[in-house]
Amino acid sequence: MSTSLEWGLLAPEFLLAGWAAFIILIDLFWGGLGKERLGWLAAIGAAAAGGLSLIWVGDTKEFGTLADINDYTTLFRVLFCGIGATICILSARYVKDRLLHPGEFYALILLAVIGANGMAAAHELLTAYISLELLSFSLYTLTAYAKFDLRSNEAGLKYMLLGAFSSAIFLYGIGLIYGTTGSTQFAVIGDVLSGDTSDIEWGMYMGLALIIGGLGFKVAAVPFHMYTPDAYEGAPIPITALISALAKAAGFAFFLKLFAVAFLPLIDDWRYFIAGLAVATMALGNLVAIQQRNMKRLLAYSSIGQVGYLLVGIAALSQDTASALVLHLIGYAVTNLAAFTCIILYYNWTGKEEIEDYKGLAQRAPYVALCLTIALFSLAGMPLFAGFTTKFILFQAAADEDMLWLAGVAAFFSFVSLYYYLIVIREMYVGEAEEKTRFPTPWLEYTALTVLIAGVFLIGLYPRPVLELAEDATATIFVSEELESGEDLVGVP
Amino acid sequence: MEFVLLALIVIPLAVCPLFMVIPSQYPQLSRYLAALAGGALFGLSLLLFVAYEFDGGSGLRYELQWAWLENIGFLGENGITFYLALDGIGAPMVLLNGVVIFAAVFVSWNLANRTKDFFVLLFLLVAGVYGVFISQDLFFFFFWYEVAVLPMFLLIAVWGTSSEFKTFARTKEYGAMKLTLMLVGGSVLIWVAIMALFIEAGAGTYDMTVLREAALDEDFQKVVYPLFMVGFGVLAGMWPLHTWSPDGHVAAPTGVSMLHAGVLMKLGAFGILRVGMTLLPEGAEFWAPVLMAIGVTGAVYGSISALAQTDLKYMVGYSSVSHMGFVLMGLASMNQIGVNGAVLQMFAHGAMTALMFTSVGALYDQAHIRDMTQFGGIAKPMPRHTAFFTIAGLSSLGLPGLAGFVAEFHIFVGVFEAGYWWAGVLGVISAAITATYILRMLAKAYFGPLNEKWAGLKEMRLGEQFAAVLLIAMILLMGLWPAPFIDRISATVEMIPGIAG
Repeated sequence: MSTSLEWGLLAPEFLLAGWAAFIILIDLFWGGLGKERLGWLAAIGAAAAGGLSLIWVGDTKEFGTLADINDYTTLFRVLFCGIGATICILSARYVKDRLLHPGEFYALILLAVIGANGMAAAHELLTAYISLELLSFSLYTLTAYAKFDLRSNEAGLKYMLLGAFSSAIFLYGIGLIYGTTGSTQFAVIGDVLSGDTSDIEWGMYMGLALIIGGLGFKVAAVPFHMYTPDAYEGAPIPITALISALAKAAGFAFFLKLFAVAFLPLIDDWRYFIAGLAVATMALGNLVAIQQRNMKRLLAYSSIGQVGYLLVGIAALSQDTASALVLHLIGYAVTNLAAFTCIILYYNWTGKEEIEDYKGLAQRAPYVALCLTIALFSLAGMPLFAGFTTKFILFQAAADEDMLWLAGVAAFFSFVSLYYYLIVIREMYVGEAEEKTRFPTPWLEYTALTVLIAGVFLIGLYPRPVLELAEDATATIFVSEELESGEDLVGVP
Repeated sequence: MEFVLLALIVIPLAVCPLFMVIPSQYPQLSRYLAALAGGALFGLSLLLFVAYEFDGGSGLRYELQWAWLENIGFLGENGITFYLALDGIGAPMVLLNGVVIFAAVFVSWNLANRTKDFFVLLFLLVAGVYGVFISQDLFFFFFWYEVAVLPMFLLIAVWGTSSEFKTFARTKEYGAMKLTLMLVGGSVLIWVAIMALFIEAGAGTYDMTVLREAALDEDFQKVVYPLFMVGFGVLAGMWPLHTWSPDGHVAAPTGVSMLHAGVLMKLGAFGILRVGMTLLPEGAEFWAPVLMAIGVTGAVYGSISALAQTDLKYMVGYSSVSHMGFVLMGLASMNQIGVNGAVLQMFAHGAMTALMFTSVGALYDQAHIRDMTQFGGIAKPMPRHTAFFTIAGLSSLGLPGLAGFVAEFHIFVGVFEAGYWWAGVLGVISAAITATYILRMLAKAYFGPLNEKWAGLKEMRLGEQFAAVLLIAMILLMGLWPAPFIDRISATVEMIPGIAG
């Protein structure tokens, strides 16, 4: 079988891996290029890989029995490569000022993108697991990258130990599922589970629970979230952004595919379990965020809250919710990157990251304050911005699947979140800065920020193109189910 | 004319980026731009009001419908459309918004701190308010409703004033946060109700003209209507969820108080009527006695609270609660004359409360206090200001010939006609209490012997006088010639299901 593998399908990943090696070599032999330019070079590689993956738009190909290359993969490849490229651009200044070994830093970001791509592409548990580990190990290293900073070391260690523990749990879950269903292929698992499962019930449920736990750790769902605030706070800020955007998006790309293809037949068994996790995650994330004084910790807890909204989409899984979920995920990634861009900019200027340090930002950098306000309002789900539209569509889709109560809880916590975002906005606009001088304008970061904010507005005001892409993408993971039961075609245009 | 309707949203949104690119060292330029935009909005609103004629059906005119999202996921044909149209209830509301924003620009003329930022947020607010009044799609209705709430926090927290009292303080941040959280908290209920309504109707669309035709289950209506009633009620200043309103209005700068008490609170009542009562008529009927009881409690409670205030702005704030109680009573009467009265009261209260805030703001700008017991005889140095405030006060207490009388008369007739004699009696008592606190305030602060400390007060600025004259014109127009209002309103109200003739 190995002879028939179409290696060309993985060209973007090969490009990324090659580019990562290239970056390290450049750093080694041509240190004169400078830490900043190296970052831009890495961004070019990531962007090129994203562009390359567009070759397979509309295709449905399989890489052996390991992975799919279809619209779902393509959408997420482009998203992940975009996130990687953005993070490389945003890191440039930070790395120059504060970190050693730039080559490995950027190379690890590119490797993390490969892992993320693999998670979206895999249709087999072990491939997904290996991709997940590639992503995770890149992130563990990157989190601890500020090697003279104790917080960073502590964060990296915590992240790695807990991450390894959860990987073991996840792997045990895979083992049980393989043992009970006889396959690691998503589609085969789905077939087995839709038949008579009375013989294998215990092992199967156990495996499912362990997989949910392992995945819950990777996406930081309560009660598996404990590492998140420390990892977010300790990591270099661009890496915090990378964890919050890339790791979450990749986690959900995998979560969604696995549950839609393999575990959908058991939906009645796990949907309330996931719904419970969603409620706990939304409640804890949003309520604890209120207490935070540090901007990175605030965003850590707020991102936990956001994971809760995404879990709502999993709990009410159907094709409609899946595409709404993908839409929300894209909106969240863009918005969160915009918020982090502002925080990185501020940190580069001042080296500060407490919320009260943002006092008077509106006077010193009005554009950044405006953009951060927009991003935070979007995260809170206010209109004109992505958050309102994507949440509205996601919660309505969930409500359509008999999960109105959960959608209501989600709407409530979305309101709670407004409070802590407003506190940040209050500091920026109402507080008086001690110094009044304007900050210098780094054009490249400002351009990136403008593009991201434009994305926030685009998704908020005209979500149709993105939603259509999400619809096409999720259609590929729901194909088998539709063919099996004709009644599910109702309502699908 | 369709595009005039569209312009009501586009103009305020389009001027926002224009304000942003004006360098902040030219605040005068921002002011002219704001005056220009405000004038254009006023002109267009007036044009729409005058041109509107009922032509049967649900009374929607100037329809403009663009597909936004359809045939995707759970959305069917015409899933979410950008659907604008004007009806007879929207027409006076649009006019009210035009008048108040035009007036508010002149009242805010001297605002020196971050002038352009202020106008950006103010016009964003106005865009949201217009959007709610003319949207016929539930998604966009909710969308604009939230847009209208969005800028309030910064408008109050940045440009507001904190109040110190003997035993406690109310900071502007407190007022801003309280207002924002209560309003957004209310909109959670609305959001949940919208989701439930969409599923129950099963039409795959948020188009309200379609949703009103859907025969919804009666029990469903009874369960969901209170969500709309309470959710919108928060913004309408519904007792006991009114507490954000006095605190928020007092903390807000004058121009914002005008828009907020004058127009934004109307969105709440408008939402109950447009969404709650129109789409869920049986639910509305079931809950009408409760709404009546809440409305009359608010009316009486608000007026008694106003009686206890010595701070002028708090007095106006509580009087708003009281008058919005009348609006809710009118809606709860569920008959034509009462609902007409509610809409008339929305307009009347909007104009007169904006006028009151203009006056109080003009006084506060000079005196820097608002405690009425410390004034005395200021009619002498500020005769015009006194005249304006007196007219607003007299309209508020329901003097015939002014807008308040027309509205309240309709409401009370409607309430008695619907058989709620107890509510009617209490409502009339509340109107009498209103007369007490208004006249007492005028006597204490404006007439009587001049307190020499205030002999140096100057007359209101010309811009403020212009704003006041504009608002008084509206109060007089409706007081003396209510026919154009009643014609437009009652033809549309008649078409609302469940309204007794």
